[in-house]
Amino acid sequence: MNLNYLEFEQPIAELEGKIEELQLVGSDNDLNITEEIAKLREKSTKLTESIYAQLTAWQVVQVARHPHRPYTSDYIKRLFTDWDELHGDRHFGDDHAIIGGIARLDDKPVMVIGEEKGRSVNDKVYRNFGMPRPEGYRKAMRLMEMAERFKLPVLTLIDTPGAYPGIDSEERGISESIAQNLAVMSRLRTPIICTVIGEGSSGGALAIGVGDQLNMLQYSTYFVISPEGCANIIWKTVAKAPQAAEAMGVTSTVLEELGIVDETIPEPLGGAHRDIDAMAGKLKERLSSQLDRLSDEPIDSLLERRYERLMSYGNP
Amino acid sequence: MSWLEKIVPSMARSEVKRSSKVPEGLWKKCPKCQAVLYRPELERNLDVCPKCDHHMRIGARTRLNLFLDEGNRQELATDVEPIDRLKFRDVKKYKDRLSTAQKSTGEKDALVAMKGELKGMPVVAVAFEFAFHGGSMGYVVGERFARAAKLALEEDIPMVCFSATGGARMQEALISLMQMAKTSAVIERLKMQGTPYISIMTDPVYGGVSASLALLGDINAAEPNARAGFAGPNIIEQTIRQKLPKGFQRSEFLLDKGAIDLIIHRRDMRDTIARLLAKLTRREAV
Repeated sequence: MNLNYLEFEQPIAELEGKIEELQLVGSDNDLNITEEIAKLREKSTKLTESIYAQLTAWQVVQVARHPHRPYTSDYIKRLFTDWDELHGDRHFGDDHAIIGGIARLDDKPVMVIGEEKGRSVNDKVYRNFGMPRPEGYRKAMRLMEMAERFKLPVLTLIDTPGAYPGIDSEERGISESIAQNLAVMSRLRTPIICTVIGEGSSGGALAIGVGDQLNMLQYSTYFVISPEGCANIIWKTVAKAPQAAEAMGVTSTVLEELGIVDETIPEPLGGAHRDIDAMAGKLKERLSSQLDRLSDEPIDSLLERRYERLMSYGNP
Repeated sequence: MSWLEKIVPSMARSEVKRSSKVPEGLWKKCPKCQAVLYRPELERNLDVCPKCDHHMRIGARTRLNLFLDEGNRQELATDVEPIDRLKFRDVKKYKDRLSTAQKSTGEKDALVAMKGELKGMPVVAVAFEFAFHGGSMGYVVGERFARAAKLALEEDIPMVCFSATGGARMQEALISLMQMAKTSAVIERLKMQGTPYISIMTDPVYGGVSASLALLGDINAAEPNARAGFAGPNIIEQTIRQKLPKGFQRSEFLLDKGAIDLIIHRRDMRDTIARLLAKLTRREAV
């Protein structure tokens, strides 16, 4: 099995493997196989298209958690200029599962806050696998309040398996840190755009997810409890996670229908990790245009709209 | 089952089983100290064990009955009813789970909201019904809470919430997650206006409710020995692979860690909240 591909992508992996072999052969002798390679390429693209046209909810979850999926730090590099990272909650420490700082998007200063899972093994440990502790959310809050003072719009990037469930987390008030963010974000006097870039898991995601605009990348997921957690509670086994994912409707398609998500940002064929630059380009274009629109609106009417929208969640 | 049990007639078998339990009705066993308690006496004691002071769970209506003055009560947002937007289905249909819970509790969902008086002071009070689907917060809980809070906002009268819940309701998926944002936003408006909101956590309070409305009070309180936290003890133990310290996530732990202002015994609930609210609203001592 090719580990660069997910289980349901293995037929694509086989084709790509063949293409690679042919390329090696091609460079070794004079046989003209360019045509053959082109044919296989086309076949591979068609196959990817057809597989991706009918992903199940569980397959989307797997793409959202793909080990090569671009993370917050990948987007920060590509979306912004003049990036300055800012650290610490001023009370306890600096949480590496949440990155925050000031940058420029199309020359305009913005506050950027995002959850970061970490790529290499060491980095994952450093980032606590993207599971923030209370000081992470409190750092986010500090930066958001700073953004309000200096009239900087806030852009958040959501990608977490959840807030960290540990003793220290509980001792320092993980619940309260999330709750405060929800309250403050509901009235922060600056535009807030939230984008789920990978995995949006429960309160740990929502804690940087309240704003004027909620985007989801096409193959990202957003859920109240992980499909595994849900399966464990209802079916008493994680093996039922695919059913749980389906039942909860964890994809942007369902969440747009429910009126919770405003916009789905299309991903390159086969997922964001297949072409990170293209994904970042698309995301940047959408964020810029949304920011222009929100910045034009008087702040009081923006806040009233934000509040009314929060109040409307779930209304029939 | 042994061969002996197998040949005993089934009637007799069930007799044997039942004798190990306390008979239903007049007697109740304290889940903490195992004392067998006489129900009428237990009720007079507000469902607090007279032997060990354990605060037993009580229903939302009983809770509000104990808390509010007798007259001038008005139930709020009764027209808000559960909707199965996702047509959620696991081993059972969510719709069926809802009707089972409705039949067994007599409630439409897991929150009861009322406007009433506390020692003559107008208050809005809401209480979670833990027996309804684990007191989980879905659309109805969030919406009833928000409507009650809006009334408190409009009339500038204090709001009090008694929570008892396992957290967000999975069967309503992201709609239930968004109730966290909804309730937090309306509480923030109370805060900005200077209308008091007091949150009292009763056993247990977890997940999405603890990470929103339960910890956003001007004053956060808890009943003695109530469990409250973000992640359940099992999840934490699985994650960190070690046993949790004794008393972890109990009210006394929360007080020690600075998460709550005070612990209030059930018998002192009315007096304490009235005293606090009278001061916060600059009234004369009650």
